[in-house]
Amino acid sequence: MSEVATVTTVEKPPAPPRPWTGERIAGAVLLGLWVLCGVGLAAYLLAAWNPELFEKYLPYYLSGLVVTLTLVGISIVLGALLSVPVAWMRLSKNRLVAGFAYGYVYFFRGTPLLAQTFLIYYGLGSFRPELQALGLWTFFREAWYCAILAFTLNTAAYQAEILRGAIASVPRGQWEAGSALGLSKLQTLWKIVLPQALIVALRPYGNEIILMIKGSAIVAIITVYDLMGETRRAYSRTFDFQTYIWAAMIYLTIVELLRNVVDWIERRITVHLKR
Amino acid sequence: MQSVWTLLSWGPEGWLDEIASGVRVTILLALATLPLGLLAGFFVAIAKRSEEPMLRLAGSIYTTIFRGLPELLTLFVVFYGAQIGVQQVVRFFSPDAYVEINSFVAGMIALGVVFSSYASEVFLSAFKAIPQGQYEGGYSVGLSKGQTMRLVVLPQLIRVALPGLSNLWLILLKDTALVSAIGLSDILRQAGIAARVTKEAFLFFAVACLIYLVLAIISSFGIGAIERRFGHKEAAR
Repeated sequence: MSEVATVTTVEKPPAPPRPWTGERIAGAVLLGLWVLCGVGLAAYLLAAWNPELFEKYLPYYLSGLVVTLTLVGISIVLGALLSVPVAWMRLSKNRLVAGFAYGYVYFFRGTPLLAQTFLIYYGLGSFRPELQALGLWTFFREAWYCAILAFTLNTAAYQAEILRGAIASVPRGQWEAGSALGLSKLQTLWKIVLPQALIVALRPYGNEIILMIKGSAIVAIITVYDLMGETRRAYSRTFDFQTYIWAAMIYLTIVELLRNVVDWIERRITVHLKR
Repeated sequence: MQSVWTLLSWGPEGWLDEIASGVRVTILLALATLPLGLLAGFFVAIAKRSEEPMLRLAGSIYTTIFRGLPELLTLFVVFYGAQIGVQQVVRFFSPDAYVEINSFVAGMIALGVVFSSYASEVFLSAFKAIPQGQYEGGYSVGLSKGQTMRLVVLPQLIRVALPGLSNLWLILLKDTALVSAIGLSDILRQAGIAARVTKEAFLFFAVACLIYLVLAIISSFGIGAIERRFGHKEAAR
């Protein structure tokens, strides 16, 4: 039995080789395709690299980016302010008030943002004499203000639904407990219900901001020079396809950044709920 | 100045027939995109829940890209990019050929990839609702992997995914409005032409919005019927 005695340590058997299943081959092929796409894109951008073009259009792209972010920022904030009364009306017991708010929300969620923007920018131009008489024409003449108005009305409808859903998700017992403690309705809402509702609402709010950033590209069609508008202008002047690739990379970066920030905030504010 | 009803009548005086052809294009585009997007979305979802890390990564890259890009930009990239790409391939064979990409096909592909990346998320969360025992039950009665998926899992999956998918359908219907930017004569483009010719912009864009609303309402009735047909038969557990 000398053979046995020489073996002093028991080694773990090596892991069996992973077989090349169909799934693994498909994964390798598809991933390879993506890598190929990435390398191809990088090679294309390197080959098409033109410092003159880059230097000329970089300021345009930056100003476009600022326009996009400003537009989205203003509309989201104004929309949030407008969404509070809308959500409140939606929850109202008065059928007429609730019906009006429902109609508003249904209209703005049921029609394309592009059609709404056209309706406000081109459509309200039909009422030019009336608007001039009211002194509002200077506002509605500008594509920029019309875009802000359309986006604000649109996002207010979506945010009202988010807010309503989040408040409805808080159990009724929380309201009852608040009033049992002698808190007023407003105090209960502010100190008890809203903090819980916002946890539910965070992710939909994040998605809404992302949707607005993506949706804001359509203002390029009504001649606002946001990131998309600058891209279209650069493309129509140079016929160089890399202009679109740059824009795509910028949009992708913003959206991914935002998505990760929302994830991070969610992890932070739900620490007490983790088991 | 013509009356509103003349403008909205059928025939050479009115614009209703032009707008109706736009409605046809919008509905056709949405209906043509739907199966493409559903199928692609389903396969992406399968890839993303696979045990193979490479396949999961490939699926995640797909959804990250197409959910992160603005739909309008995707549309332009597909429209102009495909134009340039196909052109170069064809030039390789016959140097002086000129190809034009059909804007309907470009719209279908662009909306299809966006739809599928969102649909894959819906399918993915629906997969989570199906207990592991369903697969094991399928295998234990001798069904193959594909059969289990098709006969056991898929019927339940569709039921769970239906609300999410109907939401995506309504979004798709609205997103079709973007193809007017690449020159496809959908509702919005026809309304825009009518508005420019007649100088009655508010009327025609309001009509366009109302048509989209009506399409959404009809869709929700249809979705309701489908849900009554398939949704309520919850298997007794």
